[in-house]
Amino acid sequence: MIDDFYKYNPYELDRSDKNQLLTNELVELTEFHNNRCPEYANFLEAVNYKKNSVNSVEDIPFFPVRLFKEYDLLSVKREDIFKVMTSSGTTGQSVSKIYVDKETAMIQQKVMIRILSDYWGKKRLPMIIVDTPAVLKDRQMFTARGAAILGLQVAAREMVYVLNDDMSLNNEKLDAFFEKYPDQPFIIFGFTFMVWKHFYQELKRNNHKYDMNKAWLMTGGGWKKLEADAVSREKFKNDINEICGIKHFIDHYGMVEQTGCIYAECEYGHLHASIFSDVIIRDFKDFSVCSHGRQGIIQVVSALPHSYPGHSLLTEDEGIVLGEDDCPCGRKGKYVKIIGRMQNAELRGCSDTYADKYRRT
Amino acid sequence: MTNLEKYNQAFIETLEVAKEQLEGLEYQQIANWDSVGHMTLIAAIEDAFDIMMDTDDIIDLSSYEKGKEILSANYDIEF
Repeated sequence: MIDDFYKYNPYELDRSDKNQLLTNELVELTEFHNNRCPEYANFLEAVNYKKNSVNSVEDIPFFPVRLFKEYDLLSVKREDIFKVMTSSGTTGQSVSKIYVDKETAMIQQKVMIRILSDYWGKKRLPMIIVDTPAVLKDRQMFTARGAAILGLQVAAREMVYVLNDDMSLNNEKLDAFFEKYPDQPFIIFGFTFMVWKHFYQELKRNNHKYDMNKAWLMTGGGWKKLEADAVSREKFKNDINEICGIKHFIDHYGMVEQTGCIYAECEYGHLHASIFSDVIIRDFKDFSVCSHGRQGIIQVVSALPHSYPGHSLLTEDEGIVLGEDDCPCGRKGKYVKIIGRMQNAELRGCSDTYADKYRRT
Repeated sequence: MTNLEKYNQAFIETLEVAKEQLEGLEYQQIANWDSVGHMTLIAAIEDAFDIMMDTDDIIDLSSYEKGKEILSANYDIEF
């Protein structure tokens, strides 16, 4: 039961306690989806899954994430689905379709907020959204970007969208925000490329000075495009700190197939797996588990997906487990580095596909 | 206004429902009570009672009845 997880803080459990809690839940979820999703049952049969041979999280079969692009995969009745989330994709790319019922949506929301509360506290804070309000209106754009903003609403005292529909910075809204919430903690949220291009660079160009030293800048959506422009994560932080005075940066990694279980960055720049999920790095050739420090294909497991069989997925991303239970920030569990999409895998980070569109216009 | 009247009014005004629809009303049951409508409703409830709700409570407030339970249990609001 997911309720068992709520008894703990999101980064409280060490390796053996977490493994026990998560393995039990994942075995149950595997049975649940086996009984309800015929395509998933076929997959389990093909990989010769035996419930009794599962001793740890690594023993749960990993389902290729690409299958969500090719099939409609559901473990609940179609009439119980209340939203279909899609991965971002530029024209011509196929998109994942993730079927979410009310229960799964509520769990996703709750877990994301629990994870973030561990960083900026339980109090709801005012939030600057580096995006246009149209991101929620336009169903075409309503993919991961819109979903992330909606998910954050619960943690916000008020959300202020600071971009106009043409992506220009709305200075009046920024002025009003700082007048209303002077000298107090707040959150800035946006996708990396948009924060850099439409927020930071504009503020720098306009020479507008706002006091942002109590802000938490939360970003997501990928680094490929910025790295192609020679903007490393370090440069991103240093330059933004210099112009805006921001000290707290929380980047995060997540995927629409496992919404809610985000991997958030600590003050040492490490992305942490919470008790609700885990990362296993697999060898490129034989899919065996890589030791810490070795690069491979990322498998993610999550205790959240109930309406679709997404609790153990082999992604198309590469990464490294940097360590476990010993990050200087004090959070237990694994901490990871995401390298990015594998060669030949489609370009698909949310920020990246946006940047791709931006380039072409 | 009694607490119940204040509570009802928050629903009626933000979700554009009639008083008769309130009992048994659940999140996502009607078009106006989607995730955006939810936060408008929360803001109205917070204004009506001059409270600041916790994130967990906002997520748990999944029906008209559940909201009353949460307000009584965690915010000392009696109905």
